Amino acid sequence: MGRVVVDVMPKPEILDPQGKAVAGALPRLGFAAFTGVRQGKRFELEVDGEVTEEVLAQAREAATTLLSNPVIEDVVRVEEAP
Amino acid sequence: MRVGVVTFPGSLDDQDAARAVRLSGGEAVSLWHGDADLHGVDAVVLPGGFSYGDYLRCGAIARFAPVMGPLIDGARGGLPVLGICNGFQLLCEAHLLPGALVRNDHRTFVCRDQSLRIERTDTPWTSQYAAGEEIVVPLKNGEGGYVVDERTLDELEAEGRVVARYLGANPNGSYRAIAGVSNARGNVVGLMPHPEHATEPGYGPDPRSGTDGTDGLRFFTSLLMAVGGVGPR
Repeated sequence: MGRVVVDVMPKPEILDPQGKAVAGALPRLGFAAFTGVRQGKRFELEVDGEVTEEVLAQAREAATTLLSNPVIEDVVRVEEAP
Repeated sequence: MRVGVVTFPGSLDDQDAARAVRLSGGEAVSLWHGDADLHGVDAVVLPGGFSYGDYLRCGAIARFAPVMGPLIDGARGGLPVLGICNGFQLLCEAHLLPGALVRNDHRTFVCRDQSLRIERTDTPWTSQYAAGEEIVVPLKNGEGGYVVDERTLDELEAEGRVVARYLGANPNGSYRAIAGVSNARGNVVGLMPHPEHATEPGYGPDPRSGTDGTDGLRFFTSLLMAVGGVGPR
């Protein structure tokens, strides 16, 4: 069984309130080193058999049609899971 | 005039939208997300709620429901479509309207009587308002921040496609305080606030808002004028 990982991140110019909330919580727990947080999404797509070029092409298409909204998000990674 | 109101799994405001249609003098037709056609309706309302639990992104899964195929074709052909709240998110996901709705900038759910200014009145949904008219209807959302790139914002303003704007403090971080937009033709309108909850005295905004609580009704009577050719006013 193969697996394709798709990572989606909010575009840099779009406000990320969830990331901001996490950034606010970190120093309260003593994690003082981090100056900013952006929160994205990771999808793991499973397939029967090998991750072929055809499978990757489908994953790329799914990433831009359903898994992300190009108005507010960027697909930053589509690749076979190690 | 027959107005379809689509129910998706997780829709909340479909009954209120149907009621608003009836109060305006129209016939409300229930459409199901799995329907393969629009049952010959003259217009469609996509109601508020949390279709598919808002999983993935608001409206992202509902956008691919079977009923959306004929709806998108119809909208491109001039069918009047009003998306309210989750319906607005859905119209953006379907690319019938530009932009997207993201989590409120203050990260909390907002629920209040909201003052709006109606700015575009040559749509089938807003012709009964005066340009610049101020109204009060309920606003209730967690992900109501309207965002779109700067160039598109300028285009929307230049083409007069901003339908409604928030007055007073910006309730959700929407760019340029935009509460509703339309497509170029004007038949497709998306709104974050809820006119269908302000259609009957005693059930809409508080009298302290300075209104009789029925400021939202004219979205629906406007449609009757546009499609039915007759209206109560």
